[in-house]
Amino acid sequence: MSHFEATRDAYGRALVELGERYENMVVLDADLSGSTRTAKFAEKYPDRFFNLGIAEQNLMNTAAGLALSGKIPFVSTFAIFATGRAWEQVRNTIAYPALPVKIVASHAGLTVGEDGSSHQALEDIALMRVIPNMSVVVPKDGPETVNVLRAIIETPGPVYVRLGRAKVPSLSQPDDQFELGRGEALAEGDDIAFIACGIMVGKALEARKVLQREGISARVINMASIKPLDEDLVIRAAEECGAIVTAEEHTILGGLGGAVSECVTAMHPVPVQRVGVNDRFGQSGGADELLLHYGLSVEGLVEAAGRALDLKGLNT
Amino acid sequence: MRCHVIESIAQAGSGHPGGSLSSADIVALLYGHVLEIRPDDTHWSNRDRFVLAKGHAAPLLYAALAMRDFFEPSELSSLRKLGSRLQGHPDCKSTPGVEASTGSLGQGLSIGVGMALAGQMDDGEWGVYVLLGDGELQEGQVWEAAMAAAHYKLANLVAIIDYNGLQIDGPIREVLSPEPLDDKWRAFGWYVQEVDGHDFCQLDQAIRNAQSASLPAVIIAHTIKGKGVDFMEGECDWHGKAPSMEQCHDALQQIRGQKGAL
Ligand SMILES: Cc1ncc(C[n+]2csc(CCOP(=O)(O)OP(=O)(O)O)c2C)c(N)n1
Ligand SMILES: [Mg+2]
Repeated sequence: MSHFEATRDAYGRALVELGERYENMVVLDADLSGSTRTAKFAEKYPDRFFNLGIAEQNLMNTAAGLALSGKIPFVSTFAIFATGRAWEQVRNTIAYPALPVKIVASHAGLTVGEDGSSHQALEDIALMRVIPNMSVVVPKDGPETVNVLRAIIETPGPVYVRLGRAKVPSLSQPDDQFELGRGEALAEGDDIAFIACGIMVGKALEARKVLQREGISARVINMASIKPLDEDLVIRAAEECGAIVTAEEHTILGGLGGAVSECVTAMHPVPVQRVGVNDRFGQSGGADELLLHYGLSVEGLVEAAGRALDLKGLNT
Repeated sequence: MRCHVIESIAQAGSGHPGGSLSSADIVALLYGHVLEIRPDDTHWSNRDRFVLAKGHAAPLLYAALAMRDFFEPSELSSLRKLGSRLQGHPDCKSTPGVEASTGSLGQGLSIGVGMALAGQMDDGEWGVYVLLGDGELQEGQVWEAAMAAAHYKLANLVAIIDYNGLQIDGPIREVLSPEPLDDKWRAFGWYVQEVDGHDFCQLDQAIRNAQSASLPAVIIAHTIKGKGVDFMEGECDWHGKAPSMEQCHDALQQIRGQKGAL
């Protein structure tokens, strides 16, 4: 638990590692290579790095053209621009023909901090998740980011990977495995299940300890693969725990909470409470301050668990 | 080719004849004479690439591909039908010979930039040809791509503009003028030529010049929207509607009667 690393830093490491093994891999950025950490790759492999300038629509379609010509492009910029400015380019020109373009965007969520709302993508998971052929992954820490990158370069279609700016505790081990479509049960429990992604996974583990003191046993699932969703794991949590709390650094509309709710209502209806940003914009502030302010905290999770357990009580 | 365009659109009951007819001579020259492609090996790595940025001219692209034996001309009658490989706008996953999925205007030149970058990286001998509409130039992304092509010195990239002067809501000069067009491209660092887009000799010469240029090259091809069918020529109305069966027969008769008709 003592080691901290931002997922974008891990991405920078992973790119350099993969660049050595995959000669057909190229990296594209839009004037943010320092922040997204693609600069490390650019330094090592200048012939395979393209800075397209502040022009994100052209960035996405240039990646499509490279993919159509046998390359595996990794495309990076801030999450707000990758998924917002260039959404239709991604939909029509990358996802529709299922091209192997890997969109790895940093600075997602509130933890962007002081830059404020214009730079805090809180809708990106939803925007990418609704596109057919697109996979969506939110790693929780540095080691998992590296494993995600190793896995998706072998994945034929397009993938969106959501990274953060802030340093986060490394919960995973470097030799953990990541598989698209597979979640990870980090702690057992059968009264309630937390299904979380990104930085909220660590908070869910802490919330579990608080509940434990109250005699409640909570399961914690890391759902880095939001699409495809590990439906078996979600349904098992619904069956065995009877109540679910989702947690993500994203709007509660259409992200992980939406994906889990869709699955649960169709397959095994139980109460689901969604923790996230409650249909509001972000604002400037310190990363931790903002998380507290918007209720993305251990207390927020414990409260949501209380609500879910109440509803579960009514159901039985 | 023009006959295939008219017939397939009439059979589909919808589609875009105007911009398909204005580009017909350009596309005929490319597929008949310029592009090195292999219908029996559609993903041959050294093939030339053609991107139809103005994807609504799909019926024209399909006609060209059928005439180059990528599929049977009889398949053209399935245009826009449920389950057809010939989608309303080009889909590279379903149609053999289609290099990129297009239809959303403004994106094709960027795809061409990516392809040309790949060609440059691999020292490929092949070229990339992108056909754009003139109204399409109003999309800001076209100019992002133009900047990138010049920056990366993509001499293997040729853009051809179908300058028919019309878009959906009227003449482009009235809706939102892109003029002065030649100066704009020059200022963006491109090698610029202007030709009559219905004159094979001029087009052919311009493409040769473009191929030997050390810059990305743009050919501004002056055309007539609806070219070859008198009641469609220069008419905005015929941008996106299908002819009736009667109009179709009239059009086919006109086209077949023309000298050197395509
Ligand atoms: C991004 C986008 N906006 C709008 C349209 C709808 N649309 C289809 S064709 C067209 C006009 C195109 O005019 P031009 O580029 O001049 O084509 P041409 O005259 O050659 O048919 C429009 C607005 C579209 N396909 N894509
Ligand atoms: Mg036009």
